[in-house]
Parts: sequence; C-alpha cells; structure tokens
Amino acid sequence: MEEELFTSGRNIPNIDPSLQIWHWPISLYLFLGGLAAGILFFAALFYLMGKEKQYPALKAAAVIPPIALSIGLLALVYDLTHPLYTWRLYTTFRIESPMSWGAWVLLITTPLSFLWLFSYYRSAFPKWESKLKLFKKFKFLEKFEKFLIANRTYMAYALVPLSIILGVYTGILLSAFNARPLWNNAILGPLFLTSGLSTGAAAIILLSRNREERHLFSKIDLALIVIEIALITHMIMGYYAGSQVQLEAMDLLVGGEFTLMFFGFVILLGLLVPAILEVIELLGYKVPVAVPAILVIIGGLIFRFIMVEAGQLTRYLY
Amino acid sequence: MRYAMVIDTLKCVGCSDCVVACQTENNVPHGYCRDWITEAVSGSYPNLELELRSERCNHCANPPCVRCCPTGASHVVEGGIVLVTADQCIGCGACIESCPYDARYQHPDGYVDKCTFCHHRLEKGQQPACVSVCPTKCMYFGDLDDPNSEISQLLKNRKHKTLSPEAGTDPHVFYLI
Ligand code: SF4
Ligand code: SF4
Repeated sequence: MEEELFTSGRNIPNIDPSLQIWHWPISLYLFLGGLAAGILFFAALFYLMGKEKQYPALKAAAVIPPIALSIGLLALVYDLTHPLYTWRLYTTFRIESPMSWGAWVLLITTPLSFLWLFSYYRSAFPKWESKLKLFKKFKFLEKFEKFLIANRTYMAYALVPLSIILGVYTGILLSAFNARPLWNNAILGPLFLTSGLSTGAAAIILLSRNREERHLFSKIDLALIVIEIALITHMIMGYYAGSQVQLEAMDLLVGGEFTLMFFGFVILLGLLVPAILEVIELLGYKVPVAVPAILVIIGGLIFRFIMVEAGQLTRYLY
Repeated sequence: MRYAMVIDTLKCVGCSDCVVACQTENNVPHGYCRDWITEAVSGSYPNLELELRSERCNHCANPPCVRCCPTGASHVVEGGIVLVTADQCIGCGACIESCPYDARYQHPDGYVDKCTFCHHRLEKGQQPACVSVCPTKCMYFGDLDDPNSEISQLLKNRKHKTLSPEAGTDPHVFYLI
C-alpha cells in the first residue's frame, strides 16, 4: 500500500485537493476554434478547387468562423486571471509554447475570417444588405469589396494552412503537457483537428439548402467520423500500452466518473449514431439531415469538456 | 553555478516551520503556499514506513513551465532558478498545468506565483527562509557545481532521490533517504 498525504499547516484550500485552473471557457474555446478551423478549411479548399459556385452553403457558413473565433477569444481572455497583460502575448513569440502559437495564429486568422466573410457579404446575404444598406452609407466599401474579391485566392491560400494549424493546435495545447497523463498523447493534435473538421462539415450540412451539397458533406463527415473513431481507438490503446500514470488516466474514461459521458455522449451519440444515420441517408432513405449534424456538433463540444476536465484530474504521483 | 536544495527526510519531523517561514517571508496570501509537507506512508501493517518531505518547486533543469509560457514571464535566471515576472504573466495557467509537482498557484492578484529559492535573500548572501528556520536543520542549500559545497558532499555520501524523475524535468531538490 502506498498513500500520500499533504499535512502540516498547509492550509491551502485553494490548491488542495486538486488543481483545477482551466474551466469551461477553455473547453468552449477549443471547440469553437476547431469548428471555425473546419469551416474555413472547407471554404478555402473548395474555393481553390473552383467549386464554390456549386456549394452555396460554404458562403453562408462563412458567417460562423468570425463569430466562433470572437466568442472563443473572449472566453479565453475571460479565463485569464491577469487579463490586463494580455498584450504581453504579442510582444514575443515563443516557439516552444503551444499557447504562443495559438495566440499568433488567432491574431492572423480571426481578422482574415472577417475579411473572408465580408467578401461574400453582398452575394450571400442580399437580404441583410437590403436592410442595412451599408454600401449606400459607406461608399469606400465598394472599393474594399472589390479588392477583397480580387484577392480571394491569396486569402484562401493562407486560410488552408492556417486553419489546419488552428485545428491541430487545439489538441496540441493539451497534449504538450507531460504533467497531465491524459493529455500527454501526440494523437490529440490530429484527433482534435479531425473532430474540428467534422463539426465544420456538420455545420455546413445544417446550413445547406440543396440535396447534392448535403450529400457531399455527409460523405465527407462520414469519412471524418470513421477517422476520428480510429484515432480515438488508437488513443485508448496507446494509454493501455502505457505506464501506470497513463493507465490511471484511462480509468477515468473507462470505468471511472467520465465513462457515461465519454462512451454515451461522445462515442455513441456523437459518432456512431450520426455515422449510422448518415449511411442510411446516403442509401436513399429519408432521415432529417439536421439530426446527425447536430449530434456531431454536440458530441464535439462534450468531447472538449471531458478532455479538459478529466485531464486536470490526472497527474504524477510520487 | 547551479543552485540546489538537499532535504534530509530522516531528520524532518514535519513541523511545518518551513511552510510558515515561507508564507511570512514572501507575503504568501492566506490560503496558499509555496512549500508544503507531504507525509508518505508505504508498506502494509505492521510494517509501515513513514517519510516526511518538505516540498516546493524543484527548479527543474528542463522546466516544462518555462517552455510552455507564451509570454516569457516564466524564465530561468543564473544558478538555474526558475522565476515568474508578475507583470509579464497573463495568468493563462499553462505553466500550472505543465508542472508535474503542482508547485505553482494562481495568486489572488492574477499572476502565477511559486517558490523562488528566496532569490531576494540569496542576493544578500542569505539562505532561503525555509532553510534558515528549520529547527532540525534538515535542509541544505548551495551550489551543485562546486564539488566542495555541503550539498555536493551530502549527495556524494548519502543515498538520495528526486521526485518523479520519470517526468523528465530533471528536478533540483534532492531528498536524502
Ligand atoms: S517544479 Fe514545476 S514549477 Fe518548478 S521548475 Fe519544475 S516544472 Fe517548473
Ligand atoms: S500563467 Fe503566466 S507564467 Fe504561467 S505560462 Fe501563463 S503567462 Fe507564463
């Protein structure tokens, strides 16, 4: 038997028994970052492939990344305990710090996502414009829009790698911590990227009004779900082949307090059920497409919450 | 120059004087601490073994807390001491997550705080507060690079360990066992 106790006037109700310093804003931020990355990736990629005309939902979906990234950034700053010094992130670049990478990638991607949206504003949201009449009020917008449309290709070339870095980063932010065994797994980067792409595809399905487009993104989403299940299987197998601390970390997800959340909501409702529904739909049966899409999005959100929460319960014992 | 601390677990009685001395010396806010006592019991009755350890930041030679800091607030100074500059710290908590020893905490004022090896006292040629008050004199502090220093000699002659060396941080607080 081995037992360790903190004793002596440690008197530290704020530290004992466990150090939970990342809260829901971080989980939300990781989810929104992945979602935005997914949509931006598809939007830029299909634009570069010259297929944007066929898939109008991509334009409509352009409205999501700027909102998601703005809320995500607000959530992140909200979780900082010394927020007045946030500018310190941008007086340096620390190549070994995932947080630093994230801060810089977001600094570039967020405004770019706004510009990308604006370049579609008049063509994708004519109703809004007829209400707001922005172009009537501000003459220079005309020129600005022209400039953006002319440079869309460059924006798309930048957005493809940026969205991939953003998506991977949401996982690496956690996996870089060797002190938290549940996070310390290199597969988290690709896994969170895949999950982000999948939620992005799901959001596009939700916004789509045309069958062919929905089918294409259902197929893409299905492929991503299969990859995600494979990666999660790898993750679990990796932990079971790991050391004692990793075995203990896995106990939280398999048999421990997060089991129902993980297998019930993430694996079953967030991956398997939507995959089955999407297959049924593709086979030609009638399924409301919104159902699998919403399940995928909620599953992705819960997955982030579980990983952030459970990871902080795991640690080295000495 | 490589500062390190050596703590004799056979002499420590777990009185917590070091904890209180640190809280007083460094104005640690109420409800927090930079060092603490761990009581580790191992074995099965009646063959139980008790180890008392005064623990703190290990001023690791491969500090993940410094690597993950996005602003450079966490940094290493001469002698291998790991410090946090309060007005560069944004309170993101990355360093807290990265420390296998949970040696850092968020100060109520927002920035992250931890043991400094009493850097301000070293500059005046004094020992860290915890070392200087220990009634059993079980703590030693000095330069590991100097083969004649008290700590180098102790580590040469006594059996010792560090905490969770498998975490790969190369900790520099040593425990005599
Ligand atoms: S003990 Fe923790 S806080 Fe101290 S240097 Fe090592 S990793 Fe950093
Ligand atoms: S909390 Fe402060 S010291 Fe720690 S990583 Fe963030 S900015 Fe650096």
